Amino acid sequence: MSKCLKYVAAAIAACLPASAALAAWEVNMTTGVTELSRDIHGLHMLIFWICVLIAIAVFGMIIYSLVKFRYSQGAVPAKFDHSTKAEIIWTIIPIAILVGMAIPAAETLIKIEDTRDSQLTIKVTGYQWKWHYDYLDQKVNFFSTLARDSDQARQLHSGIDPKTVPNYLLAVDHPLVVPVGKKVRVLLTAGDVIHAWWVPAFGMKKDAIPGFVNELWFRADETGTFRGQCAELCGRDHGFMPIVVEVKTQAEYDTWLKAQQEATKQASQPEAPAPAAAPAATAKIDEVATAIVAKAE
Amino acid sequence: MSTAHTHGAGDHQAQHADTHHDHGDHDHHGPEKGWRRWVLATNHKDIGTMYLLFSLLMFFVGGSMAMVIRAELFKPGLQLVDPGFFNSMTTMHALIMIFGAVMPAFVGLANWMIPLQVGAPDMALPRMNNFSFWILPFAFTMLLSTLFVPGGAPAGGWTMYPPLVLQNGTSFPMMIFAIHLMGASSIMGAINVIVTIMNMRAPGMSLLKMPLFTWSWLITAYLLIAVMPVLAGAVTMLLTDHYFGTSFFQAAGGGDPVMFQHIFWFFGHPEVYIMILPAFGIVSEIIPTFSRKPLFGYDAMVYATASIAFLSFIVWAHHMFTVGMPLAGQMFFMLATMLISVPTGVKVFNWTATMFKGSISFEPPMLFALSFLFLFSIGGFSGLMLAMVPADFQYHDTYFVVAHFHYVLVPGAVFAIMASVYYWLPKWTGHMYNMKVATWHFWLSTVFVNVLFFPQHFLGLAGMPRRIPDYSTQFADWNMVSSIGAFGFGLSQLLFVYIIFSTARGGVKASDKVWDTAAPHGLEWTLSSPPPYHSFDVAPEVK
Repeated sequence: MSKCLKYVAAAIAACLPASAALAAWEVNMTTGVTELSRDIHGLHMLIFWICVLIAIAVFGMIIYSLVKFRYSQGAVPAKFDHSTKAEIIWTIIPIAILVGMAIPAAETLIKIEDTRDSQLTIKVTGYQWKWHYDYLDQKVNFFSTLARDSDQARQLHSGIDPKTVPNYLLAVDHPLVVPVGKKVRVLLTAGDVIHAWWVPAFGMKKDAIPGFVNELWFRADETGTFRGQCAELCGRDHGFMPIVVEVKTQAEYDTWLKAQQEATKQASQPEAPAPAAAPAATAKIDEVATAIVAKAE
Repeated sequence: MSTAHTHGAGDHQAQHADTHHDHGDHDHHGPEKGWRRWVLATNHKDIGTMYLLFSLLMFFVGGSMAMVIRAELFKPGLQLVDPGFFNSMTTMHALIMIFGAVMPAFVGLANWMIPLQVGAPDMALPRMNNFSFWILPFAFTMLLSTLFVPGGAPAGGWTMYPPLVLQNGTSFPMMIFAIHLMGASSIMGAINVIVTIMNMRAPGMSLLKMPLFTWSWLITAYLLIAVMPVLAGAVTMLLTDHYFGTSFFQAAGGGDPVMFQHIFWFFGHPEVYIMILPAFGIVSEIIPTFSRKPLFGYDAMVYATASIAFLSFIVWAHHMFTVGMPLAGQMFFMLATMLISVPTGVKVFNWTATMFKGSISFEPPMLFALSFLFLFSIGGFSGLMLAMVPADFQYHDTYFVVAHFHYVLVPGAVFAIMASVYYWLPKWTGHMYNMKVATWHFWLSTVFVNVLFFPQHFLGLAGMPRRIPDYSTQFADWNMVSSIGAFGFGLSQLLFVYIIFSTARGGVKASDKVWDTAAPHGLEWTLSSPPPYHSFDVAPEVK
């Protein structure tokens, strides 16, 4: 038996194209890097195998009937047309299976909804078609848009082969950066239409809705770069607003945060004497405008 | 006893001869000549035929849009269309397939078969019947003409979520008016079905002696009347938000965009069953016929259909688990949704038990019904997976969902419609079709539909969102497989058209019973093939 299986496995392996080595023929959900994503993956596999078992039983019965009771083989039909006992059995058994599935699902759901005791809060705002990240307590915020090389390659008739672009459509200019092992609470909203923020490796997806604030949380157990996409149709470039999250060690995160805060401070300094600068700028614009008008005449 | 009505079959043969005689005496009872027969049609068969042909046309219009989608997704990068136009294609494909192909096909089948199955001369309200059909060509002309207006066709998805839908241009009011017309048509069709079934059943045909196709349509008709006005209300609120300064769904004015989703899916989920309950009815007719054994658990089948219809009203929010509902709400909708698998399971088990110890043959209608049984069940399994809220947070809005609903709608609803056409076409036309071509059509459709949709499960699980015109390169392989399946499936449907038109034109004469070696039940098989113009001039008696 095991020998037989080995041959089958070898045959299947031989049939797979060479690119299978690149894991492009992915068929299943990622296990992810958070407790929630692992729970969800476990739940997914549990339901999957329950469905497979039910399918084997039901499809097996159908196939058995199709093979065994064939008109062409002279099968004589039986006359029965109901059986109360059978019908009660196949109503009760599915209910029992459902209860068995509902309990772990409810447990995971309660865990998912518990956003208390977070260590970092980031407000995420969806726009057509980019994300805005705001570290509320750290006073750091920035936009995150599709990386330029992807953006060039994705234009109609661009002539650029997407396979030559690293992380095609899944790379951004400014990724979200979070520390490893910390419970991060994400507050979600949107500026125009509904978007949805989704990083498969974190197991969570939630809508970003204008005028409302949704929340989700994750705690990444590993450092690394994790990629996702907007998951709610939001217009023409819905397919082109990816999400990239870099999970760093606490020290690396602190360094990054400090650099961001410095940059924010520098960027805001020239604007500090705004009342004085503004009239000057306006005067300058007027001057240029007058010059242009004069030239045109 | 489920199939009691067939015991009267012997008597009907006599009446049937009368019918023919009667027919000869009154020539003015025959169809009108030329265009008047169709434009002024009041005959249930003529209207049914028009519905079915309209649906076939829309199946190809919507299908060609699916081909555009799959061609663009054949490989990564944008090769063919602008992303905005791609969104129009997904939106229009869904609207046309749902409201133009699947629903009119079932209404066409109801028109043709309900009077035949309940022993009536025609539908109860023939002029309304004419009106409800002739609205549709205008509705779809308007919807399709949005492809040529400034700003392009609707591109916010068939679910029309605000605020995105409000960004559509000139197409926006046209889409809404088209939907109003389709809704009006559906409501009139549903009223006609209910009135016919309630008032025009042959003497002796109690409700629990009705054929299951008629039963499932009775329940479907109530669902239509219950929810089409809800859709009309939802889209009207969109219209006033856009043009009359209201803020039902605009947060800036104190409205709630999520409220639209609740209202829409309160329509949308019963709508899902509107598209599958008549399919259950069809399969419940075909499987006993070719198993040569009465349907197992007739009463349970009726009650299961009714339970599914009832549950369909309390599960809508499972389409929107990610909007941020309270925990209790998510729990409720998860449990209610899981509960639907119980009556649905009863149906699958009863069909299986019908075949068990039967005597099964594999004519094209049976092949399609069997394919329905397997593939619809796969759609049911993925539906159960989607009901689990935590898992849904991963599945939601990915290709896993696309795979799920296409499994229940294509090898589910559409295959059931094809099965019914292969089952009743000889009755309608009086000609037997070419079984060999039909069997080819079956195998090509079944193989390609799986090549087309099965890999989409993998894509969704691997993280590919739906409604995107371009994707990251790790999704390239399965997308190519899926597209190849789509082209194969699309081309295979040309065989279906060929069979329908060649059978309508001529062929081997079909007997009254059509399936002579099998065991078809029901009054329709007591009439000639094709049936007389006024199906039952004299009501048959059902014992």
